[in-house]
Amino acid sequence: MTNKELVESLIYTKPEGLTSAVTHYCPGCTHGIAHRLLAEVIDEMGVREETIGIAPVGCAVFAYDYFNMDFAEAAHGRAPAMATGLKRVSPDKVVFTYQGDGDLASIGAGEILHAAGRGENITVIFINNAIYGMTGGQMAPTTLPGQRTTSTPLGRDVEMHGFPLRMCEILSQLDGAVYVVRRSLHNVANIRKAKKAIRQAFEVQRQGLGFSMVELLSSCPTNWGMSAAEALNWIEEHMLPAYPLGDYKVSPAISKHGGN
Amino acid sequence: MAKELLKGNVAFAEAAIRAGCEAYFGYPITPQTEALEHMSKRMPELGRVFLQAESEVAAINMVYGAASAGVRVMSSSSSPGVSLMMEGLSYIAGSEVPVVLVDIMRGGPGLGNIAPSQGDYNQIVKGGGHGDYRPIVLAPATVQELIDLTVEAFDLAEKYRCVVIVLADGSLGQMMEPAELPPMQVVRPVDKRPDWALTGAKGRDPNVITSIYIDPAIEEVFNRKLMAKQAEIEVNEIRYREVLLDDAEIAVVAFGTAGRIVQSAVKAAREEGIRVGLLRPISLYPYPFERVHRLAEQVQAIMVVEMNGGQMVNDVRMAVEGLVPVSFYGRMGGMVPLPDEVLEEIRKVQASIDVAG
Repeated sequence: MTNKELVESLIYTKPEGLTSAVTHYCPGCTHGIAHRLLAEVIDEMGVREETIGIAPVGCAVFAYDYFNMDFAEAAHGRAPAMATGLKRVSPDKVVFTYQGDGDLASIGAGEILHAAGRGENITVIFINNAIYGMTGGQMAPTTLPGQRTTSTPLGRDVEMHGFPLRMCEILSQLDGAVYVVRRSLHNVANIRKAKKAIRQAFEVQRQGLGFSMVELLSSCPTNWGMSAAEALNWIEEHMLPAYPLGDYKVSPAISKHGGN
Repeated sequence: MAKELLKGNVAFAEAAIRAGCEAYFGYPITPQTEALEHMSKRMPELGRVFLQAESEVAAINMVYGAASAGVRVMSSSSSPGVSLMMEGLSYIAGSEVPVVLVDIMRGGPGLGNIAPSQGDYNQIVKGGGHGDYRPIVLAPATVQELIDLTVEAFDLAEKYRCVVIVLADGSLGQMMEPAELPPMQVVRPVDKRPDWALTGAKGRDPNVITSIYIDPAIEEVFNRKLMAKQAEIEVNEIRYREVLLDDAEIAVVAFGTAGRIVQSAVKAAREEGIRVGLLRPISLYPYPFERVHRLAEQVQAIMVVEMNGGQMVNDVRMAVEGLVPVSFYGRMGGMVPLPDEVLEEIRKVQASIDVAG
């Protein structure tokens, strides 16, 4: 074998949309996958230098350390309001929020509802792992009935704590919501579908059509008390029945983009 | 420009527009709603941003977002609405983005009423939200001052990258009087937004607007930076007005509408031969502590008049350091003192001096 025959072929690399920082996410957590998908989409669309992200309060509070683009860190639940202010004065920028279930569906329920109702031309990436991660595993608005958390030690009793909120189903009822879909990150096939949906959501924004949201069912092995593999199985066995995957709102105005 | 008859709420809204305010986010609340209504008409006319938010919580976070993009942005509200904004104001202070807020105070606590009050002095002047920060607080006493201070607020907010609150009350928001609006400033072009702003990381490293410093040692460094900025503000930005203080034996200290009422009472007392004057602080933060202290060295008694149960009076006592007696007269709950009431209080202070003398 000569040197000339040793041709390197690069088939996998870090997207430009991510920094080189080592994340603080727990092993097996799907935040890393969601970050990568977002960064790949932003790279492929060539919009990194015109994109502004908004981080939540929750496990992704330091997202701005991991994304290689302009970023703001919002108050808990207020990212859609902050994104509204930013987008309204910078309509040519791509503005997205990245929010967990406590942030979006609990303390920020009002802000997300009205951002969607206004048809705010922003993209929301909604990480639903059915638990509060950063504070150590308390009940989220998306915690399943019977699910044990540190604040529902005997399991979520719906007579005491009520029922989980299904945000795609709720937001899809609003006229301002243009693209509202639920995907999952529990296996490769679904990860690929998730990426397509994220791309579609950003295309919707670029076309100025209105509010877009991709909900991503995600794992939290640490607070669920499982191995990474068990946690992915738990998504499939327990979360998928409660949070069916699918397209909840795809406005007829959306013209399908060609890529991916 | 000539003077026109202007309502306070409309006047400060139009003044903000002329100061180059590019975006307004607000929520209706009496007695400041005319400002929001004026903005709803004028901002779209000028191709600028107006948005009625779903709450004051959302409004201030929209302001936070727009400020992060480096534009001149404001909101206005009244006491209960401003309470809801405190979370956002703390984040804004912790992120060092420039924001202007006008608070047209009303009677409280709770839902209170829609009548004029100065009951939010402590809340606004001492910080209001959580953490160590102080907004610059400017207190106008006339519609003209409300206009001028609103314009100045934008410059100060950008100079120090801080929150500036124009603190007025319902009477100033609702009253009409002749005043002159400033000339129209040119809005900052998109390509002239500040270098720290979120404009997309084109040809530069990413900018981040955040208020989180997870390492306490680094948070302390940031806190010290804020303190240093405040020290600079305390040197540069003290504002007050004096009326008939040169030969005064009694000084009355009052801000905003209370100051204006006291001014009438002071003139009436002078006609009775009482040597009384008025110190009207305009910047409530930074507070004119040193001027009040010098006053205490000159006069024999100080009286504080406020439309609250006694809030600024504590700052006056701190400045006086026990040199002279400090008395207080206040009306609360949306009640406005009449000049005659204040005059009677001035007479009582004079009588106490006569007895002591």
